[in-house]
Amino acid sequence: MDALLQQIFTGLVSGSFYALLALGLSVIFGMLGVVNFAHGAFYMLGAFGAVTVLDTIGVSFWLALVVVPLVLAVLGMVLERTLVRRLTSLDPLYNFLLTFGLALILQDLVRLKYGVSSQPYSRPDLLQGSFNLGLFTYPRYQVFVLVFSIVVSVAVWLVLSHTRIGMIVRASTERPELTSALGVNVGRWVTPVFGFGVALAGLAGVLAAPMRAVNSEMGGDLIIVIFAVVVIGGLGSVFGSVAAGYLIGMLTAVGNFYVPALSQSLVFILMALVLLLRPAGLFGREESMS
Amino acid sequence: MSKMRKLGALVTSFAVGGTLAACGAGGPGEAGGAITDDKIVLGVITDLSGVYSELAGENAVEAVRMAVEDFQAKHGDDAVTDTIEVISADHQNQPEIANTKAREMYDREGADAIFDVPTSSAALAVAGVAEQNQKLFFDIGAGTTELTGAQCNPYTYHYGYDTYMLAQGTGTTVTEQGSENWYIIYPDYAFGQDMNKSFVNAVEGAGGTVVQSDATPFPNDNFSTFMTKAPGLDPKPDVLGTMQAGGDLVNVVKQYNEFGLREKGIDLAVGLMFETDIASIGVEPLAGTLFTTAWFWNLDDRSREWADKFKERTGSRPTFDHAANYSAATQYLEAVQRAETDDADAVNEELNGLEFDDFFARNATLREGDHNLEHDSYLVEVKQPDEVEEDFDFTKLVETIPAAEAFMPVEDSGCEMG
Repeated sequence: MDALLQQIFTGLVSGSFYALLALGLSVIFGMLGVVNFAHGAFYMLGAFGAVTVLDTIGVSFWLALVVVPLVLAVLGMVLERTLVRRLTSLDPLYNFLLTFGLALILQDLVRLKYGVSSQPYSRPDLLQGSFNLGLFTYPRYQVFVLVFSIVVSVAVWLVLSHTRIGMIVRASTERPELTSALGVNVGRWVTPVFGFGVALAGLAGVLAAPMRAVNSEMGGDLIIVIFAVVVIGGLGSVFGSVAAGYLIGMLTAVGNFYVPALSQSLVFILMALVLLLRPAGLFGREESMS
Repeated sequence: MSKMRKLGALVTSFAVGGTLAACGAGGPGEAGGAITDDKIVLGVITDLSGVYSELAGENAVEAVRMAVEDFQAKHGDDAVTDTIEVISADHQNQPEIANTKAREMYDREGADAIFDVPTSSAALAVAGVAEQNQKLFFDIGAGTTELTGAQCNPYTYHYGYDTYMLAQGTGTTVTEQGSENWYIIYPDYAFGQDMNKSFVNAVEGAGGTVVQSDATPFPNDNFSTFMTKAPGLDPKPDVLGTMQAGGDLVNVVKQYNEFGLREKGIDLAVGLMFETDIASIGVEPLAGTLFTTAWFWNLDDRSREWADKFKERTGSRPTFDHAANYSAATQYLEAVQRAETDDADAVNEELNGLEFDDFFARNATLREGDHNLEHDSYLVEVKQPDEVEEDFDFTKLVETIPAAEAFMPVEDSGCEMG
């Protein structure tokens, strides 16, 4: 039983990354109708951002947690203004291809600068060692990642559900035409929302730097799973993508424990099942699909 | 019109291609004809852009170029030919691409021998092409024992390391030193499965027990499950053996440290590691970790001397792959010099059973029975951070494993030279 609980906890930690990434992807998709294939590349840039600001100007992990997402938000907004925007009126496939190309370019640029080997990055001193959680002890850093991601997810949810900005974003995410019809200038919010989604990916990247290999491939491997998470949660459903993120994390961890060989397929089996039985996703609404 | 033109171009290219092929077939046929086209062509097929491009890659090509220059400097006007070319190709670690590139090199570019070829499946593909073309192939970058086992052939040499040798060094020695219970994790693809099998054999052969071995997804960034599982196994393992490579290995080591397994009495042993991996992870998290290597640049003065020259040219220290490429190219060229021809069968006669000793391969024999290069290998330990004097100065020698014990005995290899 202890072992199972521990695996579930492990799953929640890796689910933290899925949740943050899926949240950003979902908000972007909802607001812009853009399937952002470059999301994994922004995650990778977040991790490299943390490494770079530490190596060049000695910015600590804690400051990187703030600075790097901000820089990426600006980058995201610039990309939205200059590239993504031009294609939103066309078939969604165009933006899919655009962001796919962007991902490849960003990956190759990073590889050009840093090579293929991973970059070293150590845990902040404050988070070395481990916590005793009663039933088991767990590395401090990983506990921090879990708590931090929950805090961010809840904060995003509070902003979305309790503020006027959130209301507009939510309304335009779920019913864009209706929202415009009610006189809200949806277009004004598109750029900041794209930047925000990118910043979340960057934040996940900074969080990943101390515990995962920092190399140009790190995002590419992850993005496929994140797409599955978003599909399972329900495309465009903000709550769904976060919940599905943690759920998939747990599923993979428990799968790794009992049937390692199957664990990677589990996500996609679940995705296939969801698509068959509830095409709008576990938490998506049918009408928001149309 | 444009269709006609395309058709015309197609026909022309077929015709030209056919003529060239015919020339190629006619040219080198005559027996005893010293050097075909008056030149020797060395082909290096390697990973020029992907995950192995730093531990092999462009610097492996450079190492072969160094071998050529040193050969020319040594023999001067007495050299068997004035012209030695080095050509290279990127196989992106794909067997199909490696296959095509090898054919191109042997057939069209006149390559006399091919070197390196990391990734086992790609190496096996090139070995097949070498056999068909009856041209030599020195595999360096790939580790599968198949090359000198069931899929061996008279034109293929395995030069440097294989999974048996890695397991023999690390698995046997660590077990004999008292860490008897092993927990092994390996990536679920050919190399990982091969490594797992070799390690299980080595550990059990030395009287140890593999408590459990788990296949992990590949690629994988989260090994937490395996880290939390390890201390709970019965009996508790003394050592965690990881067969992961590249980014996955970095993840394993980061998470091994995070979960404090060393403090819980579980040591770390790594199946295959290069200096490039240690640089990515950092010396501190790895300090004290044992692994087996075919060579390392700081081994002794002979090695350092070559490593200095290498650094002057490339700006970095060599991995064992780079050193082995130099060594293999040198031994090949010397064999051509002795045979006075680049005819593969004649060169093969010089190489078969050759005993030699160079800065890379000590007490070395190119075994007749399976074409595996038998040479001393080294069990090494990652240095403590304060012992590191420069970049890539990461390892110190624990034990030299004598050539005769380091590799699989010929009779066990399962190789039948056709």
